[in-house]
Amino acid sequence: MLLGTEKPNRRRVLRGIFNGAAVAVTLPFLDIFLDGNGTAMAATGKPLPMRFGTWFWGLGVDNNIFVPKTTGADYVLPKQLEALAAVRQHLNVYTNFNVFNDGRPNLCHYSGWVALRCGSAPTSRASKPGQSLDCAVSDRIGGGSRFSVLNIAATGKPRDSMSFRDADSMNPAEISPLELYQKVFGTDFVDPNSATFTPDPKVMIRKSVLSGVTEQSKALEQTLGAADRARLDQYYTSVRELENRLAMQLERPPAAPNCRVPGKPPKDIPIGLDVERVAERHKAMVDLMVMALSCNQTKVFNMVYSDSGSSLTRNGQEKTHHGYTHEEAMDSALGYQPNASWFVGRAMESWAYLIKAMADTPEGDGSLLDHSLLYAHSDCNLAKTHSVAGIPMFTAGKLNGRVKTGLHVDGKGEAGTRLGYTLQRLYDVPVASWGTQSMETSRELGEILT
Amino acid sequence: MMAALGGLLFGCAADKAKVGAAAGPARTAVAEPAVPPAAPTMRLMTQSQYANTIADIFGTDIVAKVRFAPVNRTSGLVAIGAAKAGLTPGVLDPLDATARSMARQILDTRHRDIFVPCRPVDAATRDDACATAFLAGAGRRLYRRPMTQAELAGAVGQAGQAAERSGDFYAGLAFSLGGMLVSPQFLFITETAERSPGPTGVWGLDGYSKASRLSFLLWDSAPDEDLLKTAERGGLESPAALRRQVSRMMASPRFERGLRAFFSDYLDLESFDTLSKDGEIYPAFSIKVAQEAREQVLRTVVDHLIVRKGDYRDLFTTKHTFMSSDLGVIYNVPVNRGSQGWQPYDFGADDPRGGLLTSVAFLAQHSHPGRSSPTRRGRAMREILLCQNVPDPPPDVDFSTFEEPSAKMMTARERLSAHATVPTCRGCHALTDPMGLALENFDGAGQWRKAEHGMSIDPSGSLNKVAFKDPAGLGRAVRDEPALRTCIVNRLYGYSTGRAPTPGDAPLLKYLQSELDRRGYRIEDMLGSIILSRSYFAVAPADRPAVVAINSRGTGNSHAARN
Repeated sequence: MLLGTEKPNRRRVLRGIFNGAAVAVTLPFLDIFLDGNGTAMAATGKPLPMRFGTWFWGLGVDNNIFVPKTTGADYVLPKQLEALAAVRQHLNVYTNFNVFNDGRPNLCHYSGWVALRCGSAPTSRASKPGQSLDCAVSDRIGGGSRFSVLNIAATGKPRDSMSFRDADSMNPAEISPLELYQKVFGTDFVDPNSATFTPDPKVMIRKSVLSGVTEQSKALEQTLGAADRARLDQYYTSVRELENRLAMQLERPPAAPNCRVPGKPPKDIPIGLDVERVAERHKAMVDLMVMALSCNQTKVFNMVYSDSGSSLTRNGQEKTHHGYTHEEAMDSALGYQPNASWFVGRAMESWAYLIKAMADTPEGDGSLLDHSLLYAHSDCNLAKTHSVAGIPMFTAGKLNGRVKTGLHVDGKGEAGTRLGYTLQRLYDVPVASWGTQSMETSRELGEILT
Repeated sequence: MMAALGGLLFGCAADKAKVGAAAGPARTAVAEPAVPPAAPTMRLMTQSQYANTIADIFGTDIVAKVRFAPVNRTSGLVAIGAAKAGLTPGVLDPLDATARSMARQILDTRHRDIFVPCRPVDAATRDDACATAFLAGAGRRLYRRPMTQAELAGAVGQAGQAAERSGDFYAGLAFSLGGMLVSPQFLFITETAERSPGPTGVWGLDGYSKASRLSFLLWDSAPDEDLLKTAERGGLESPAALRRQVSRMMASPRFERGLRAFFSDYLDLESFDTLSKDGEIYPAFSIKVAQEAREQVLRTVVDHLIVRKGDYRDLFTTKHTFMSSDLGVIYNVPVNRGSQGWQPYDFGADDPRGGLLTSVAFLAQHSHPGRSSPTRRGRAMREILLCQNVPDPPPDVDFSTFEEPSAKMMTARERLSAHATVPTCRGCHALTDPMGLALENFDGAGQWRKAEHGMSIDPSGSLNKVAFKDPAGLGRAVRDEPALRTCIVNRLYGYSTGRAPTPGDAPLLKYLQSELDRRGYRIEDMLGSIILSRSYFAVAPADRPAVVAINSRGTGNSHAARN
C-alpha cells in the first residue's frame, strides 16, 4: 500500500486504502495512528485500551528475606525478591499492609485473599462478602473485547479461581493451555489482522436465537422467589455478554498490529502439582494470555499460580509446600525455612515471567505492560502462623503513565484494601469507599500515583 | 416390579421380621411426623445430569462433551450448592458451545430422520408445521414439561427465520434447538408449586416437578416419556401410583446412574479429576490409576447396593470388590484382564483390606501427594461419612514442638502424638487421629506397608470409645457407628430435595432413621422411605409473588392460587 520512500503519514495511508483497495482490506494499526505521545488514538483522542490483571500465589513470604530495608526507589532487593531483579523497574512491592478480621475467625489460607479481593473478611469458608474487584474493573473497562474476564489456574484445578460475583457465582478458571487456546483462538476467533473480513451470516442468526432465548424465558421469572430471580438475572447478563460477543463478530475487529495468533494449539500438560509442571503450565498460559490481550480478546484477567494452601510439590519430596511451611524448622542461621522459601522463590520466578512477557510485547509507544496494571498478592504473610498482618502485595505496570513503578511502599500497618481501592479508582470504578469495618477505606495510595 | 422396592412398603410384617432380626430389636412404629414445607428449588443441572439427559433423549451417539464449572459443595453436597449456583459468563460459555455442537449433530444428515418426525415440504426453507412437530417433542423432554404456547411459538419462529436466512430447514431447526439447549428452562431444574383444588387445598410440587425430582434422584437424568405422561395424568398424586413409578424406575438400568451420581457427590469423588501423586515417591500411581480407583468404589457400591441388595453399612466391611490390572499393581494382587478390564475380587478373610475405607480411592484421596495423612483421613471419615464438623486448625499454632527433623519421630503416630501436647491442637486431633492412624498401614497412594521410616506401624485406634486394633476393626466401628446412619439419611434427603435439612426436618429424619433401623439400610428402603414420606413433595411458595403452574395440557394457563 505504501510506495516509494516517502515517509508514510496517517492521512496518506488512509487515502491510499480508500482510493484503491477493496473494502475487505484491513486497516493496519500503525503507530502513526497514535497521537504525539503514543498514548492515545490520534483520530479519536481515545486512550489506548487499559488492561487489568491479577496474579496470586499461595503461602505468603518470609519477611526476613522479603521486605526491603528501605522504602521508595532504589531499595536493595532482598533474597526472596531476587527473581524479580530483571523486572523490578516495572513493579512496586507493598509490605506492612494488613488484613483485619474484625472479630471474625482467621480462616487459614482463606480470610486473607478473600478480604483483599472483595474488601471484607469472610465470616466462614462459604462466605464471600462482595464481588471480587476484577469484576468491578471489568464492568468498567471490559466492553469492546470478546471476554469480559479470563481466568487461569496454573494448578490445573478449575476450583482455583479468585474471581467471583458472589459466594455462589464463580468465574471458573481455564485449567489447561489447550482449553485456553480453544476458548480464545478457536473457531469463533476473528483475526484482527486478517486481510479480509466477511461477516459470518450464522453469527447473526445465533445472536437472534439468543435474544429469543431471553424473551422466551421471561415467563419463568414470574414463578421464582427473589433469590432465584437474581440468579436468572445473572443468567441474562451472561447471555448478553454472549450476544455482545456475537455483535462484535459481525464487525471488522479493530486492528491489532501486535497480535500474533498462535500458529497451532499448544500441547496439553497433564494434571499434577509438581512445581516444574506448574511452571510449565503457567508459562504456556501466560504466553496465550499475552496474545489474548494483544489481540483485544480480553482486557481483564486473573491468574492463580498456586492455590491458597499451596499443595505444590517438589519431585521426590514427601512434603508439599504447605507441609514445609508448618513442619520445617526455622533455620536459625538463615533466618527462614529454606525448603518452604524455595517454593516462594519459584513463585516469584513465575510472577517475573508474566511481567516480562507483557513488558516484552510492544504496543503503541511502549509495551503491553505500560498500558496495564497487574495486582498480585498472597493469602498470608508467614504461612507457618497464617498471619494476615503484613500480607504481601505487588503491582506491575504504569497503566498509561498513571502509576509510578520501582517503589517499595510501606503500609505502616494500614488496611491492604487501600491498594485495591486505589486501583479501582485508577480504572474510574465509581466507588467512594471500599471495604467494611477496619478494612473500609476511601484513601488512595498517593505515593504511587503520578 | 414391586419386588424391586423390597421393604419400601412399611408395615409389611414379613419384612419387619426379617430386617428386624438383622438390625436389632424391632421397635414399635410411630406415626410419620409432618415437617414444614420448604420453598421450591431452582437447581443448576450438573454435568452428569446434563450428559445423561442428552443421552436419554438423543442417544449416546450425540457427543455432549463439556466440563461444567465447579459448584460449591454446600452442606456436604454439590446437589445443594446447585440450588444456589449462579451462571456467570465463564460458566455459560462452554454450555453454549456444546449446545450448538449437539444441535448440529442431532440435525445432521445421519441423525435428522431419527429425531424429526416429519419431512419438510421444502428443505430449503421454513416449514412451521414440521418444525412444530420436532421442537414440541424435543422441548417437552428438555424442559421436562410441555412447552408453553409462547415458548413453542418462539422456538418455531426462530427456526423459521433461521431456515430462511440459511436456506436450510434443518439448519434452522439446529439453531432453534441450540437455543433451547442453552435456555434456563433446560439448564435450571426449576420446581413449581401449586395448590391442590378446593378450599382446603395444600401447596405441593406440581406433577412435572415431582417427575423431575424423582427422575434426577433415581436416574440422574430427566424424566422419560412414561414418567411425563404419568405426571400429566396426575398419576403421581396417589401413594400407590407413586410407588409403582418408583418401583419401575428402581428396576431400570438407569437406576445405577442415579446411585453413582449420589455416591460421587456424597463421597466427593469429583476431586479425582485432578488427583495426582508425586511421581518419584509413588511411581505406580498414575492418572489412570486414580480414575480406576474412583471407578472401583462406584462399582463396589453398585454391586453391593443394587445387585446384592446389601445394607449400606456393610460397605465398610465388605470383602467383595472389583479389580483392574492397573489397580492390581497398587493393591499388589495378581489380576487377569476380565470383561472391560474389570473382574470381581474378594479379599481374603485375613487380608487387612475390606470395605471402602481401605480402598485405594479413599486412602489416596485423603492423603498428601507425597505421604499419607491420618488427620486428613480421620477428618474425611468424620465430615463425609459421619456428617460431623471438624473445626479448622487454629491459625496461630506453635509448631516448634513437632518441627522436623526429629530423629525420634519416625512415624505419623509419633508426630501426631506431639499435637496432644498442645492444648489448642488436642481437641480436634482427638477427633481425627485415632481413626486415621488405623489406616497408617496404607501409604499416601493406598499401598500396603508394614513400617514407616523403618519403624513398625501400630494401626490401633478408637472411634467414640470403641477401640480397635487394625483397619478391619475401624471398618466395623464405622459400620456400627450411629452417626453413619444419621448421616446417610441426612445426605440422601438433602440430595433429593436440593436443600440442606433444617431443624424443622429433624423430626422426619429421625423418624426415617428409626424406620430404617428396623428395616435395614438397603438402598430401596432408604430412597423409598424418603420419596414416600408424606412431606416429600410439600413445598411452600415462599416469597414467590405468583405461582403459575403448567397445567396438564401444558398450555401454561395459571390454575394455581396466588398467595
